[in-house]
Amino acid sequence: MDLNDTPEQAAYREQVRAWLEEHKSEAPVLEGPDALPEDQVVDAHRAWQRKLAEAGLAGATWPKEYGGQGFGPIEQVIISQEIARARVPGILDVIGVGMLGPTIIAHGSEDQKSRYLGPMLHGDEVWCQLFSEPAAGSDLAGIQTRAKQEDGGWRLTGQKVWTTNAQFSAYGLILARTDADVPKHKGLTMFVLPMDAEGVTVRGLRQITGDAEFNEVFLDDVKLDDDMVVGQVGNGWGTALTTLMFERVTIGFGSEGLGYRPQRFAEAIAGDEAAVRDGDVRQRLGHITTELLAVRFTSYRMLSALQQGQIPGPEAGLSKITTVNASIAACDLVADALGPDALREDTDSQLSYHTSFLPGLKSAGGTEEILRNTIGERVLGLPPEPRLDKGIPFSELRAKEKEAAAR
Amino acid sequence: MNLELSDEQQFLRDAARDALSRTKTIEAARETLDGGARPDLWPTAVEAGWAGLLVSDENGGAGLGAFDAMLVMQEAGRRLAGIELLGHLPASALLDTGGYAGIEAVAAGERRAAFVGAVPPGDLDPEWTVDSVSGMSRAPAPTFDGSTVTGEVAWVVDAPGADVLVVVAVQDGSPVAVVVEDASVEDVFRYDPTRRLGHVRLEGAAATPLQADVAAIERAWYLAQALLAAESVGAVEACLEMAVAYAKERFTFGRAIGSYQAVKHGLVEIMRRGENAKSLLYYAGWAHASGPEEFAIAASACRSAASDALDYAARENIAVHGGIGATWEHDAPLFFRRAQLSRRLLGGTGASIDRVAGELLAGSAPGPVAPEGPTGAAATAVEG
Repeated sequence: MDLNDTPEQAAYREQVRAWLEEHKSEAPVLEGPDALPEDQVVDAHRAWQRKLAEAGLAGATWPKEYGGQGFGPIEQVIISQEIARARVPGILDVIGVGMLGPTIIAHGSEDQKSRYLGPMLHGDEVWCQLFSEPAAGSDLAGIQTRAKQEDGGWRLTGQKVWTTNAQFSAYGLILARTDADVPKHKGLTMFVLPMDAEGVTVRGLRQITGDAEFNEVFLDDVKLDDDMVVGQVGNGWGTALTTLMFERVTIGFGSEGLGYRPQRFAEAIAGDEAAVRDGDVRQRLGHITTELLAVRFTSYRMLSALQQGQIPGPEAGLSKITTVNASIAACDLVADALGPDALREDTDSQLSYHTSFLPGLKSAGGTEEILRNTIGERVLGLPPEPRLDKGIPFSELRAKEKEAAAR
Repeated sequence: MNLELSDEQQFLRDAARDALSRTKTIEAARETLDGGARPDLWPTAVEAGWAGLLVSDENGGAGLGAFDAMLVMQEAGRRLAGIELLGHLPASALLDTGGYAGIEAVAAGERRAAFVGAVPPGDLDPEWTVDSVSGMSRAPAPTFDGSTVTGEVAWVVDAPGADVLVVVAVQDGSPVAVVVEDASVEDVFRYDPTRRLGHVRLEGAAATPLQADVAAIERAWYLAQALLAAESVGAVEACLEMAVAYAKERFTFGRAIGSYQAVKHGLVEIMRRGENAKSLLYYAGWAHASGPEEFAIAASACRSAASDALDYAARENIAVHGGIGATWEHDAPLFFRRAQLSRRLLGGTGASIDRVAGELLAGSAPGPVAPEGPTGAAATAVEG
């Protein structure tokens, strides 16, 4: 068991650190009192991504032929850690470079790879992930966006939701139903969607925090050529699973526990003598800390397994469950300790922001209940609950659902 | 970074599993409850070389690390094997570095040691304290006057029958570790038939001080916490296996009970807690070897998580089995007994959780390569 760098890793870390030291003054300030005006943030962050990419610090695990470094996961982790240590932003397009690029590398045509990957890596074209819909989130294979075939192409109509970065994306990877007369997982196809295509409308979705971090994307008879299909027609589910697997990997690379570090919460109450001496506060803080520390070492276990060539399974979702619930408990604790003042929204403390943000995060990437089902079935080998959608053509399933709801 | 077990560690774990499988430890626990004799597993430990696991090579031991010892403890916990290592191992570590003349006999297992530890001072409590026979108030650690030691320490794990006691005492306000070879130990049985406990009463008992500074004495306490945690993690895994197997074969309303979400989610919760505790074993193992300033928080977090996980797992295991899981003939109650007693030993789980909070508030900065960082990048990677 060794948590330390090998000599090669230490040398690489030194190299990354030196580059960041030299260039960190060029990094944009995205948060705090010195933050750039909102309308300049995206362009500045895009330019920073280009610098990182040129230095080999973006998409390090991508194969060299597509502009990456062909590195293993550990070098990517070293980059993430050093970027965090230098207190500069990482790349702008985490979703594209972390999840969608690798999906195109795995399933895309040679033409698609040479056309899209370079500009994605350099931040010239930002990408978004168009999977979830208002009526299909955890049950993703139940999406209803239709792609109808016509001469030499397709026509897409439907609605997507929870789409991060859609407002400034050049492209999206979109999952659509190409055949409703087969069971739901089988009739899906993945496409590249130019976000400026006629019939695409992006609308910000304001959340409980007041911010619009996500978007709704409406598709009204959007025309796509045949060469926009990624992977095989009808194999969209397999392609989507690749993206979701890279989502788990990306979360592991980024920052363990989504950045919810126990110190953050301890610092918030450390100055309050009464809170520090309160037995109940201490028990709660101890529990929360224990959970968040466990997530950190679970992520090291996962990284170690990645390094041995293992692919993270659904059990990686346990860390998300732990992190979100422990962080919710932590915000609750700080507000209990500090009183209503903890909920001020006009300060930099961010406590009220996280208090508002976390309940929604509970459902991000699949609800907690669905994650538990999946882990129970795929990891513990428990039998699935009887399902009414197995083997039934999607069109019939929809009819049955409507009939049941009307009863 | 590499957290994979080395070949040697895998061998150690497999050998432990194999050696412990030769005794029907769980059946024996039930027989002990019914008045039978406790199986003596010390010869198994001696034969396997575990007595000297943490003793250095030059003193006749194996010179292995805390994490290696935790692997053995996990296997012992899995089978509820009362193997007396929880008391022996922390004591042997202090004897090894403390200049004890009889260390080779301890390493060989010819003489069994037990650790009569004390909870180190925390951010709020400046005193060294020990467990009392009853009640919430803590007792002061025994006192050492230069040649004899006086005081009472209750619920000491593996103390009855031990040849050597390593007692943490206080001399002029500073902690000392002393060796007592002729102590009065009251053998007490409490609830869990696999656990040997004793009330150690020292009234001017002859004692020899060991060379051990404050850091070494604290380290021994937290090592005991980490070993207890490892033992609990093994028991959690056993409970999960038992409960999952039953949930697959027991049918109600025409289907296996494991297919119901309510049951499934409970089983996944055992796994979640167990895996969290297991991850913290790595933290404790790392900190013991390479991050001494974090060992207190790591071992305390590990012990808290593991004790809570075992409590949850043992209850859930009974619940999944239904009424049969609460019968005398079933194994589930034996794990439940283990969980309930273990939570209250070695200072208790509540104190270890409090210590996690105290260490954090006092500014110990956990994590060997903890990124200081913004939340943004990874958080936005989670699409709805």
